[in-house]
Amino acid sequence: MSFFDILALIVPAAIVSAAPLILTALGGVFSERSGVVNIGLEGLMMFGAFLGAIFTHYGEQWGLGAASPWMSFAVAIIGGALFAVPHAVASISLKADQVVSGVALNFLAAGLSIFLTKKLFDAGQTPDIQERIGKGDIPVLSKIPVIGDLFFSNAYSTSFVAIFLAFVVWYIIYKTPFGLRLRSVGEHPMAADTMGINVNKTRYISVIIGGAFAGLGGAIYVASIAGNFTQSTISGQGFMALAAMIFGKWHPLGAMGAALFFGLAQSLSITGEQIPLLKNIPDVYLLIAPYVLTILALAGFVGRADAPKASGQPYEKGKR
Amino acid sequence: MNVMKGRLFHILVPVISVLLGLLIGGIIMLVSNYDPIQAYSALIGGIFGNGYNIGETIRAASPLILSGLAVAFAFRTGLFNIGVEGQLLVGWLASVYVGIHFDLPKIIHLPLAVIAGALAGALWGVLPGILKARFKVHEVITTIMMNYIALYVTNAIIRAYMLAPGERTKDIKESASLASPWLQQMTDFSRLHYGILVALIGALFMWFVLWKTTTGYELRAVGFNQHASQYAGISVSKNIILAMAISGAFAGAAGTMEGLGTYQYMTINNAFTGVGFDGIAVSLLGANGSIGIIVAALLFGGLKIGALTMQSTAGVPTELIGIVIALIIFFVASSYLIRWLTNRFTKGGKI
Repeated sequence: MSFFDILALIVPAAIVSAAPLILTALGGVFSERSGVVNIGLEGLMMFGAFLGAIFTHYGEQWGLGAASPWMSFAVAIIGGALFAVPHAVASISLKADQVVSGVALNFLAAGLSIFLTKKLFDAGQTPDIQERIGKGDIPVLSKIPVIGDLFFSNAYSTSFVAIFLAFVVWYIIYKTPFGLRLRSVGEHPMAADTMGINVNKTRYISVIIGGAFAGLGGAIYVASIAGNFTQSTISGQGFMALAAMIFGKWHPLGAMGAALFFGLAQSLSITGEQIPLLKNIPDVYLLIAPYVLTILALAGFVGRADAPKASGQPYEKGKR
Repeated sequence: MNVMKGRLFHILVPVISVLLGLLIGGIIMLVSNYDPIQAYSALIGGIFGNGYNIGETIRAASPLILSGLAVAFAFRTGLFNIGVEGQLLVGWLASVYVGIHFDLPKIIHLPLAVIAGALAGALWGVLPGILKARFKVHEVITTIMMNYIALYVTNAIIRAYMLAPGERTKDIKESASLASPWLQQMTDFSRLHYGILVALIGALFMWFVLWKTTTGYELRAVGFNQHASQYAGISVSKNIILAMAISGAFAGAAGTMEGLGTYQYMTINNAFTGVGFDGIAVSLLGANGSIGIIVAALLFGGLKIGALTMQSTAGVPTELIGIVIALIIFFVASSYLIRWLTNRFTKGGKI
């Protein structure tokens, strides 16, 4: 097996498993850069996956055909945004512990999505969707030799949406007035407040946008990888996205890079058996790699990662 | 007067939260065409209805007490241990390993297996503690990551070294078992085991360490104010590491409830047991105190066991209870709201 064959096996798989992680990690970047810790990414992603599965199914029944998954993405974006509201209210207005509120959000998502699935379909899982996001060649780019075959042939369009959005988020957070405000309320809310920025409003917007991204991530996971929604569809991807966000140092492009890298680790644990060099390495090392690397990154062994200064603290006007 | 009010408030918040959670759960049932009254009476019957249900409730509460203690103990030192789930898994595995591979009289074997589980949990918990003390790495993130590492590593170890037919390990030896034919017989053959005693001893231990020893004083001082503690000559690093070790030990002991008590073996887990995450809810509702945690664990254990009856007789999916528990956590965490409301009512709008 040549080196190129190995790449051709791993790279597309990595990009596919990375797309939901990239989007959810971007959601985390929005929320945490504004100073609100979001352990609830897992729950937001789960709720998005649930909406993605049922609305793709309904879309098929309404005769939307291949547009069904895309319609479900729209629903998941709105649903994810709405589902983030309880977390925003609790952690911004009611000054609850943000970690606890995020944990509660995860509980709520797990309970609510399975409860509704059972209610709607009388079963523990949603029907399999027919209209998945298909693989295809990206028009012009797939003609480029080598790179075209590796990255742009037989690829999911959603993966490129995710990568494109990472650049959009980078532009929003680093190049627009809104992004500057968002970062300032995450670093030093009191200074931001003095300059006339509405801290709580900015945080609300950021957490809600974050929810929308995570919801989309979940829906894309269903439409490209899972195919339906069950209790175990989202089991840890949200936390892995959280890890990607930290490993990427709370930077949109860093988070994207980390998500791609974690996607690689995930795809290696699946396709590893076909690759001579990796055949003898037990899966478990590849499975735990993202988590071990994140811990090492936080400890400063792989480039120090520091959270936004004000993350985790509710802002109280006039408090010293 | 103020002290009385403070105490009352501390009891009032969890009670109101539970009631609000159940109320909204009822509304959700109404909206989705279930009969909430029938469901809740089935739920209550499913908790207290007969000996079997009572036994199962206490059985389900035993690991919850310990995982609640684990979260609470770390919390008292200002640490948030979300890693109870992972510490529980390694504790479960270690206790089952000792239970299978050692041949000793019961009086030595059983305590040894429980201690092995607690030690494994402590080791798993101490690492995030060291990272926090030494490198200022936030323990929430490291403990989450350690959860997944524990999940995959324990599965790999079982697969590689301890596999028996049925995706699980062999049964532990009788001499390491917490199972009690006497307790089972008394409760219409539920799976109730002596683990509840371990859990109660754990609760007593936490109360004693935190409130009756110098170590506990130091731990709590660090939880209140690290800078002041440092200034007073208390080693913050040492106490952070110690708190995570003891917290992990509680979590590991929770794992032994499953390994030596309920199941007598360990399965290959595709996902987390949930007991560790429920521990967060338990400690929060129990206000991080030993008695509060026991009550909260019995409540959540009861809700989980009662939910089964609720599903079979009233047709309401068990996940409704998951929703109710999530709502309860939200309300307790947002006690600011309840505080604000009670202030409005008692002070008639005056500040």
